[in-house]
Amino acid sequence: MENIRIEIAGGNALIVYFGEKTDPLVSAQVQSLTQKLSPYLGQELVDMVPSYASLLIIFNPFHCDHLWLRRTAKQILQGQQEESSGSSKLLLLPAYYSEESGPDLAMLAGNAKLSIEDVIELHTSQEFRVYAIGFAPGFAYLGEVDKRIAAPRLTTPRMKVPKGAVAIADQQTAVYPAQSPGGWNLIGLCPTPMFDPSKDASGEPTMPVAVGDRIQFRAINREEFFDLGGELPNFDLGAGV
Amino acid sequence: MSGFKIIAPGILSLIQDAGRIGRHQIGLTTGGPLDPEAFRLANVLCHNNAAESYAAIELSIGGLTMQAQVDTLLAVTGADIPLSINDQAQLLWQTHAIKAGDKISFGFASNNGCRSYIAVSGGFKIEQQFGSVSTVVREGIGGLDGHALKKGDLVPCEPATGKELLYINEEQQLHYPQNVELRVIEGYQQQHFSDTKKALFYSSEYTVSDRCDRMGYRLEGPKVDADIEGILSEGICFGAIQVPADGQPIVLMNDRQTIGGYPKIGSVLASDMSKLGQLTPGCKVRFTPISIDDAHQITLLTSYRQQQILACTLSDKE
Repeated sequence: MENIRIEIAGGNALIVYFGEKTDPLVSAQVQSLTQKLSPYLGQELVDMVPSYASLLIIFNPFHCDHLWLRRTAKQILQGQQEESSGSSKLLLLPAYYSEESGPDLAMLAGNAKLSIEDVIELHTSQEFRVYAIGFAPGFAYLGEVDKRIAAPRLTTPRMKVPKGAVAIADQQTAVYPAQSPGGWNLIGLCPTPMFDPSKDASGEPTMPVAVGDRIQFRAINREEFFDLGGELPNFDLGAGV
Repeated sequence: MSGFKIIAPGILSLIQDAGRIGRHQIGLTTGGPLDPEAFRLANVLCHNNAAESYAAIELSIGGLTMQAQVDTLLAVTGADIPLSINDQAQLLWQTHAIKAGDKISFGFASNNGCRSYIAVSGGFKIEQQFGSVSTVVREGIGGLDGHALKKGDLVPCEPATGKELLYINEEQQLHYPQNVELRVIEGYQQQHFSDTKKALFYSSEYTVSDRCDRMGYRLEGPKVDADIEGILSEGICFGAIQVPADGQPIVLMNDRQTIGGYPKIGSVLASDMSKLGQLTPGCKVRFTPISIDDAHQITLLTSYRQQQILACTLSDKE
């Protein structure tokens, strides 16, 4: 509790800071407070944005005020001191890593002085945590990748990164949920949809994960990729490659 | 279903309802009208119960032409974008009875706001995505197909006749000065802005730059950089004022990204944001700090006053 700060964000928003850097334990605290405040959504609370080490809470000024929210958040935070974390779900995601599905794979391996196989091994051998969702609908920021395969963003972002692209930027990794512009290094393709807006109408989850869940990648071959419904797009090479 | 056929889409015509609420956790932004009070009054004039979320068109700058395929009621509020029905100039802030075949056309905004709201009786009938029809072009979500309206689109609505024509009293109509004062609740990384920088920020005039859209309004003026360049990405609320390394503030609007890593000095009071959203490049902005308790009082009072604005029956005027 002593490291946690509750600050004003706006006229009807507070932000709770749990720490200053990316850390699974901090992320678990963010996830826990998000879950415990969820019952207030729709009345006192309008929305919440969990991120790496903070939770933005937007309240409804016609139902409560910042003092109520501060008190409620504090009570929850004091109550969760001794709780253990790690009740999150683990999702295994297939990924086809190759030069035809990941146009930056060879460059990333070369700069890291590793073989392509080493890069794949490092990317598939650990669990990643979903630290935040944003940038675009369904875009989950996963971390943290082994320092050896961390790579800076491309100097010139691509105009089009295909849906399903598995990518690395610094120590973060992600699967692009839809085609969009992007400057991350592309190392493979994942055939599992990460965001399906059409499911919302029937009340099904539109994303397979939430903030706090874990993801581990599993390398698949070309044939398996197509069997799982994968498609090879045309890559826009971008000026950065 | 029939409705209105888009003959020319104008500069930017977007289907909007009250906005997409409660979906930030999957990365969806809010969308919704930049001027919610003008949007509400357009619906009131069409007998659309303000407590529900009806779909209207937000027209930016102007240039829209459409043809009615149904008999209905239509009202336009917001900026002074000239309205014509069958090439006859018509008043804003009142209901018009529209007949199938009528041509509705708009000129261009001059110097009293840049966003108009076009409502019809019963609202436009558009399928919701994530609980809202609001169009967010950047996300490809909402509207007819995730895009702004384009030539040839049919915007569906049901026929409606026999309801009273209404108007909003002139003194209750909204006006949009080109010089606005925005109240700021200090927060987020405000401690990373020195007292000198804050004093400069609150005593200076900023100009709306060419880079202003539904995502953010970039302002130009005295540099107010923070003593840090970036932060761990965190949630961004409506009206947040982010300041990148160049020290030029960006006020984040309805279509803002939900998370980001630039330092923020605080957030503009939500009920002042419609004044900003009606500004065009070259207009002037000043900032004034207020406490979160003041913000709460102002929010409640503003809402109360807005509820007092009622539409009157047009037949009583004539």
